[in-house]
Amino acid sequence: MSRKAWYTVGFGLIIAICVAAFMLQPGAEFGGADGQGEEEIGNINPDYQPWFESLWTPPGETESLLFALQAAIGAVIIGYFIGNEHGKRTALQKIGDPVEVQVGPGKAEAADK
Amino acid sequence: MHIMEGFLPVEWALFWFALSIPVVIWGFVRIRKLFAEQPEMKMSVALAGAFIFVLSSLKLPSVTGSSSHPTGTGASTILHGVAITSVLATIVLIFQALLLAHGGITTLGANIFSMGIAGPLIGWMAYKGMNKVRMGLVPTVFVTAFLANLATYIVTALQLALAYPTDGNAMTSFITFFGIFAVTQIPLAVVEGVLFVMFFDYLARARPDLLKGKLIIKDRAAEVAGAAVEG
Repeated sequence: MSRKAWYTVGFGLIIAICVAAFMLQPGAEFGGADGQGEEEIGNINPDYQPWFESLWTPPGETESLLFALQAAIGAVIIGYFIGNEHGKRTALQKIGDPVEVQVGPGKAEAADK
Repeated sequence: MHIMEGFLPVEWALFWFALSIPVVIWGFVRIRKLFAEQPEMKMSVALAGAFIFVLSSLKLPSVTGSSSHPTGTGASTILHGVAITSVLATIVLIFQALLLAHGGITTLGANIFSMGIAGPLIGWMAYKGMNKVRMGLVPTVFVTAFLANLATYIVTALQLALAYPTDGNAMTSFITFFGIFAVTQIPLAVVEGVLFVMFFDYLARARPDLLKGKLIIKDRAAEVAGAAVEG
């Protein structure tokens, strides 16, 4: 199988696992496991009082915003890396550098300089 | 794996800080040394950190009907080892503790220990062992990422069990917390494993220099051919 086909299988598997969760648990709330852990502490030791509060708790919508921001920061870096590599390869190809293009490691090292 | 703010008794909070701080300091030293000696590795460290940022921000639905996070520490573990991974995880955990009220400052030590140290360490041991017997990229990366994720949550269950024994029995509590985290986590660990296999396969072709001496890439001939065709 070609790499493209393998990548399709890989991404398909990731999506299938996430979708399967909804099919196996229709109507579940999908609350956070972290929160369930917290509840369980209450069951084990009902007297426990948290001795420190979060310095700042964002409102629900702001929380979504900040989670998206966190993902965006990471995604920008990954996208930059992949785009940069792609650009380097295309550029080398354009200037017709057969040696650099054929040898994997050499290509990358040359591009680093 | 985020233990909520204030939810660890003081002595346990301090205990996990005491274990985590030396590793994070060691990680800082390692990063400074790496950047001084090989400034071209900055991108690789940023990339490893970026995966932790993205993946730990995603709350994925799982087959148990609850949601949980991937940890994203597998790539960093293979590329840079446990100490540097602990620094990257610390940055993410501080971001989440201060801005998202996920985890907390008092529980930071415990959360760094589970996500930044214990998970990556278990993953790293599997990675080293599998690399030694030349298992190849796909199984090695998959198992490393899978274990780094799963071990993180098993350690969280252990941390909570130690702090909250049921009638004095930490084992009973461990089984309870393990039940909440582990089953939910397995499909997410698989997702993380598959994602990192694809990314490392990409790296092996695009930037094999980044994997040099770190991962044995079996399919050498096919790889060079692939690079030539695509290049």
